[in-house]
Amino acid sequence: MRRKLVVIGAGMASGRVLEDLIGADRDAYEITLFGAEPRGNYNRIMLSPVLSGEKTYEEIVTHDGDWYANNRVVCRFGEKVETIDRSRKVVVTDNGETPYDKLLIATGSQPFIIPIPGKDLDGVLSYRDLDDVNAMLMAAERPGAKAVVIGGGLLGLEAAAGLKARGMEVTVLHLMPTLMERQLDPAAGYLLQKALEGRDIAVHCKANTHEIVGTDRVEAVRLDDGTEIPADIVVMAVGIRPDKTLAEAAGLAVGRGVHVDDAMVTSDADILAVGECVEHRDMCYGLVAPLYDMAKVAARTLLGEAAAYEGSVTSTKLKVTGIDLFSAGDFADRDGREEIVFRDATRGVYKRLVLEDNRIVGIVMYGDTADGTWFFGQLKDGSDISEMRDTLIFGPAYAGGSPLDPMAAVAALPDEAEICGCNGICKSRIVTAISGGATSLDAVRAETKASSSCGTCTGLVEQLLAVTLGDSYEQQAARPVCGCTDLTHEDVRRLIKARALKSMPAVMQECGWKTSCGCHVCRPALNYYLLSDWPGEYVDDPQSRFVNERNHANIQKDGTFSVVPRMWGGITNPRELRAIADAAERYGVPTVKVTGGQRIDLLGVRKEDLPAIWADLNDAGLVSGHAYAKGLRTVKTCVGTDHCRFGTQDSTGLGIAIEKRMWGAWTPHKVKMAVSGCPRNCAESTCKDVGVICVDSGFEIGVAGAAGMDLKETEPLTKAATEAETLEIICAFVQLYRENAKYLDRPYKWVAKVGLDWVRERVVEDLESRAALVARFDFSQQVFQHDPWAERARAEPARQFRPLADLTMEAAE
Amino acid sequence: MTEWIDIGSLDDVPVRGSRVIRSAIGCVAVFRTAADEVFALEDRCPHKGGPLSDGIVHGRSVTCPLHNMVISLETGLAQGADEGEVKTFKVRVEGGRLLVDRSLARRVEAA
Repeated sequence: MRRKLVVIGAGMASGRVLEDLIGADRDAYEITLFGAEPRGNYNRIMLSPVLSGEKTYEEIVTHDGDWYANNRVVCRFGEKVETIDRSRKVVVTDNGETPYDKLLIATGSQPFIIPIPGKDLDGVLSYRDLDDVNAMLMAAERPGAKAVVIGGGLLGLEAAAGLKARGMEVTVLHLMPTLMERQLDPAAGYLLQKALEGRDIAVHCKANTHEIVGTDRVEAVRLDDGTEIPADIVVMAVGIRPDKTLAEAAGLAVGRGVHVDDAMVTSDADILAVGECVEHRDMCYGLVAPLYDMAKVAARTLLGEAAAYEGSVTSTKLKVTGIDLFSAGDFADRDGREEIVFRDATRGVYKRLVLEDNRIVGIVMYGDTADGTWFFGQLKDGSDISEMRDTLIFGPAYAGGSPLDPMAAVAALPDEAEICGCNGICKSRIVTAISGGATSLDAVRAETKASSSCGTCTGLVEQLLAVTLGDSYEQQAARPVCGCTDLTHEDVRRLIKARALKSMPAVMQECGWKTSCGCHVCRPALNYYLLSDWPGEYVDDPQSRFVNERNHANIQKDGTFSVVPRMWGGITNPRELRAIADAAERYGVPTVKVTGGQRIDLLGVRKEDLPAIWADLNDAGLVSGHAYAKGLRTVKTCVGTDHCRFGTQDSTGLGIAIEKRMWGAWTPHKVKMAVSGCPRNCAESTCKDVGVICVDSGFEIGVAGAAGMDLKETEPLTKAATEAETLEIICAFVQLYRENAKYLDRPYKWVAKVGLDWVRERVVEDLESRAALVARFDFSQQVFQHDPWAERARAEPARQFRPLADLTMEAAE
Repeated sequence: MTEWIDIGSLDDVPVRGSRVIRSAIGCVAVFRTAADEVFALEDRCPHKGGPLSDGIVHGRSVTCPLHNMVISLETGLAQGADEGEVKTFKVRVEGGRLLVDRSLARRVEAA
């Protein structure tokens, strides 16, 4: 014969016990279920959505008549249990006695009603069950109806929001200074209050209700200070009390609730209790998660298995659509506790983690609670978070070992990483500013100066904004380098410097490249950036060079190449010309042309002949003109004071000096220069990347001209008194361009981005900065200023220019 | 069955690079990827005849040096929106030596 189980209370706790019990052994007990409400079990925590109209009652039913019938549970809903007779093991109702072998008490809790005058008036409601909700809904039907909610806790606020959604005028009265003070700290409570007020819910904190006014129905609520707030209904939601009446009357041990041990057994071995009515290890719970934990244990105890409930750490979420709030654990300030706080005033986001011994002990989140569950998991597991503390507040996406994220590289930067090279601003300074309310690029610029100078770190600052502020920060669409990465050129340049990335695999790894070895777009750019930033350390990768720079000649449409020896300042002599003529004949060069850069182009040279023609030209003292390179091309000159009757300075000599100093330097794009001996400008200095015009008193230096896809006059950078100063300034300008420009931006494009003033400050005005730029340029030149032709004319490298094998001549055996 | 002919050492081809062999049917580019895989393709871009051997090798693709058409080293097909195909040839590595199909060789009668 089956043993008899009687359950008192048909709420969520007992419902879960029955599920677990029947699921494990449906024949273990003959079950009788008493419930005070005239209906079965529904999901009580979903009452708020029913109130607000987002769900119907039918949607929140967890166990309907069929379920009880199918599981042979005898339901006696609406039948009130009067007493428990423990000696005879029966429960007594109006209909008589029901015997039990085991009894489960799940009587839940009663709303706490403040003992004030008027508390019994019609229209004073609590917020516990469907009847309360139905009463509220009836009141809300009348247009313009007013509701006062007493209690600014979880329940009260859900009620207030629901009533508001039903069209009522709602006032919340709360005794404490901030809302939900048990779950939220004052900062989050403040944000919550603002959000509610934004929905037209009036909130009065520190409001002590004096009396509920009305003759036979509620008319108003009067506060201690005399304020009277009109009301058609008053919802009391100031708290709950465990309903222990029945247990207490039966002589069971009780405190605030029914005492249970870890097996959920009361002081009577045959009586168990679960849910809001119990007191376990001095704790009473009003949330659903612990109830379920208890239910699981109770079911196993009923089945005769050993199980122990060890208390719950609870978390809270407010179920008001549009208000995201999460709290868990203990977040009181205490010695030895530290906190990590994130705020975004504009978006109304607040996150606070309370740490103790490198573990999360408290979580308060408002506005963006997406990571709440993850934090809560860390809290419950007692995980040591010291490793990920820097990024902890950003949640699991940044907690290390996570999948690559476009912003992971920036997120992973250490605090001291320099983001803005111009102003020496490190990451932490920017993040602090953002967290402190600088939530736009302009605000960060104003606050920290980061990205306010040359602007090349703008992308990184924007990413920090996005990383710090979350999804809502809308980044301006920045063009990534290529499909291999989401980072822009500027980002990559900055990261290469900030993280001292000195090889291509390092860049690709640390910046989260999406391809294993890049592509034809990013590789040449990375190769340049690494060469430029780490001269002497980074080894050039020919396979990441475009064909022209790999072969040190310009590829032509038929796959042949052009060869252009350097002619310093456009000056040549018969010996050089003779060598060029000889080479042209020897290698059958079909076309010999004078270029716009004042030198001679040999077009149509076969690739395999390149090393030999170079060797011949080298013999005559000619070196590569880098006519193929992203580097210094030519310095065009006029004849100046040597011959010209208008010449004011030795323009040819200066042009040669510049070319001798600058040749061989790799730059983001090609660089063309010119020096004109007078303002008649015969060398066309005014459309060059750098153009000098000599005048009687010195040298006018213009930069950022263009005569290609765009036509643009140079902008005056400064005027120098001497040739030496002119050279220094030009070197400094080129070095600044080398260090900062995006690959394939000519100087005019780069200057347009950073501004000529920014350039002038560093190249002209700040002499220390100028000297440092020149020093870095000269150092780099020690590494790069050598003739690539001479190197490749030697036997071994020259082999690379010839076919690997010639199978057209294979002899038959 | 394929008859193979030795054309040189794998080390003669730069990693992520290419070398050309002259063959009976014209120039053939032998490619070596970052993962040391080898491929042999006609050294002529289907677009404008550019020498693919002078392109940038990335992954299992090469970008033509003339107009950036990207060609799959495996299939010889143009990638992305472009259309076109180049011939591919058998090539393999054995003991560090590169071997291609002997049919690429033109026999010259020994005198």
